[in-house]
Amino acid sequence: MATIAYQTASCLYEGAANPAVDRLTLEVDDGEFIVLVGPSGSGKSTALRMLAGLEDIDEGNITINGKDMVGVPSKDRDIAMVFQNYALYPSMTVAENMGFALKMRGVPAGERRRQVEQAAELLDLSDFLDRKPAKLSGGQRQRVAMGRAIVREPQVFCMDEPLSNLDAKLRVQTRTQIAALQRRLGTTTVYVTHDQVEAMTMGDRVAVLKDGKLQQFAAPTELYDAPVNAFVAGFIGSPAMNLVPALVTSEGVQLGESTLPLERDRLAALHRQELSSVTVGLRPEQLEVVPAGQGIDVRIDLVEELGSESYVHAHLVDDRGGASTRLVARSHRRAPGRLGETIGLRHGAGSVHVFHPDTGARIDGEEMSARVGTGV
Amino acid sequence: MTDPALSGDTTSATVRDTPVAGSAAQSRSSADETRPRQRARRKHRGAAVIWAVLAWLAALVFFFPVLWMVLTAFKYERAAYTDPPTLWFSPTLEQFQAVLASGVGTTLLNSAFATLVSTTCVLVLGIPAAFALSLRPVKKTKDVLFFFLSTKMLPIVAVIVPLYVIVNRIGLLDNIWTLIILYTGMNLPIAIWMMRSFFLEVPAELLEAASMDGASLWTAVRRVILPLVSPGIAATALICVIFSWNEFFFAVNLTAVRAQTAPVSLVGFITGEGLFWARLSAASTLAALPVVIAGWVAQNKLVRGLSFGAIK
Repeated sequence: MATIAYQTASCLYEGAANPAVDRLTLEVDDGEFIVLVGPSGSGKSTALRMLAGLEDIDEGNITINGKDMVGVPSKDRDIAMVFQNYALYPSMTVAENMGFALKMRGVPAGERRRQVEQAAELLDLSDFLDRKPAKLSGGQRQRVAMGRAIVREPQVFCMDEPLSNLDAKLRVQTRTQIAALQRRLGTTTVYVTHDQVEAMTMGDRVAVLKDGKLQQFAAPTELYDAPVNAFVAGFIGSPAMNLVPALVTSEGVQLGESTLPLERDRLAALHRQELSSVTVGLRPEQLEVVPAGQGIDVRIDLVEELGSESYVHAHLVDDRGGASTRLVARSHRRAPGRLGETIGLRHGAGSVHVFHPDTGARIDGEEMSARVGTGV
Repeated sequence: MTDPALSGDTTSATVRDTPVAGSAAQSRSSADETRPRQRARRKHRGAAVIWAVLAWLAALVFFFPVLWMVLTAFKYERAAYTDPPTLWFSPTLEQFQAVLASGVGTTLLNSAFATLVSTTCVLVLGIPAAFALSLRPVKKTKDVLFFFLSTKMLPIVAVIVPLYVIVNRIGLLDNIWTLIILYTGMNLPIAIWMMRSFFLEVPAELLEAASMDGASLWTAVRRVILPLVSPGIAATALICVIFSWNEFFFAVNLTAVRAQTAPVSLVGFITGEGLFWARLSAASTLAALPVVIAGWVAQNKLVRGLSFGAIK
């Protein structure tokens, strides 16, 4: 049971121009499951390793339960970590692997065996306790790595892309198991992944990182509904949000021939900032396929059929800003159109996201910006 | 298997691989498709036999001198000189008794002492060095490694005179500890390079995992890393043992009576009055025996190799 706080914590690798983690500030509540997500090189793993004591905290600090962790060796932090490649001890059996931390703590053999067996039962590993890791499948190794972490009953779980070595089906299954296990144990967990689906489904709150800087730290639905900038908007959601340049008119924003209306206070904000063009964000699932002329006219480049739904890749027919403004729409119909056909895309439910053309920052009306707050 | 001619064949893996594909092809289609396959198989088999014969020949050529040495060691001096050489003789242990009586036992003990102590020193110094240079690299790691290697570049002959003068001045001529120091220095660079390559195979996460589990660095190395690299350490130790045991040049120049090692004493059987083939062979057999035994013992560990099952 623990609260964690990153306070302008930075990590600088020797010889690197920019810090791997740049003044990260985050507060994690007791028992919370938070996910650090971002593309590779965003500093998410480094941020986790700083918490675990495997990477130096060069500036700022990190506290666990209010206790400063700068200079505390990882063995004294009472944190359990699940590594991407599991890092099981090859020369030890499953039981020895799981009991190693207890042994280090001086727990007597009988008590150790009991705790290991209890954890093994929880993870369906009871039949494999005497095997070496080399004799296990990928999924079993992953569970041993989890078992090694939970046997200790640590203050904090750190998980560094623990599912990335599993095949797609097992990954989905294990994802739900880990989330359920964490809810049951109630141990504060920091989970790193590059997969936004994992982030959205598992985390109580999700921190999106880019180039070592925190972009937004919020609940999954808020990340989806109100991304603070174009990066978060494009990163969260699959297929990714369409981010296209558009002209500002008196009623809204103009895409091709058609205009998407905006609320009055947002228009006012645009005019106040004297912007003539903006980046507009349209979620593929908010774009409805309609006959040509009834929405934004586009020509179909590709249709991806997934069975339950289909993705329509298209480009703007009347494109003044250049030939390559592409849009993706998600349709629940089969075969919503043929290759090369001109169709209309109508923006349905939910609001249009508007971002600053240069900084990428979200532009909201007055009361909206007050609600979202500042994430950058 | 489909082809009875193949069932007894164990010489070639490629031959054994094909029948599965072959049987599928046979059940699927007509004879004109299978015939070329069978022909190809026969061709493979012929090649395998030729290779096997060549391999055996090569092995015999290399092993024959050793075999002849061992045989000669059991002959009387007269039988050792017959022309043409004979394979049929009445064996005797006389040569071994004579060799042991001539004081070769002391030189074997000297060799054993120098070998064991220097190999121990190499491991004690080399394991931490290899660990640091592989799992805890710093900026100058490459330079340090090159420095180690560079100490092997100068031929020993080039330094023997200054070395002799130094050893003489500090009064360590004909002293077994001189050889121990030199053998340690001689083997240490090779050992570090060798062990480093084994340590490099160890994923750094294992150390991190151990430290997260509450183990100190020493415990992590002892309980997690060393069991993994023990085959590599065994291989390295064996190489050091062989090199020190067989070392001749330092020993012949820097020792005389008290610290004489086995290789030097062997030369004593080549005298002005003539060669004592049988006795020399007996002494050589005795001298070779410990290394052969050490290799035999270490073989299991060497062959087992490194298995990093925990990774992916």
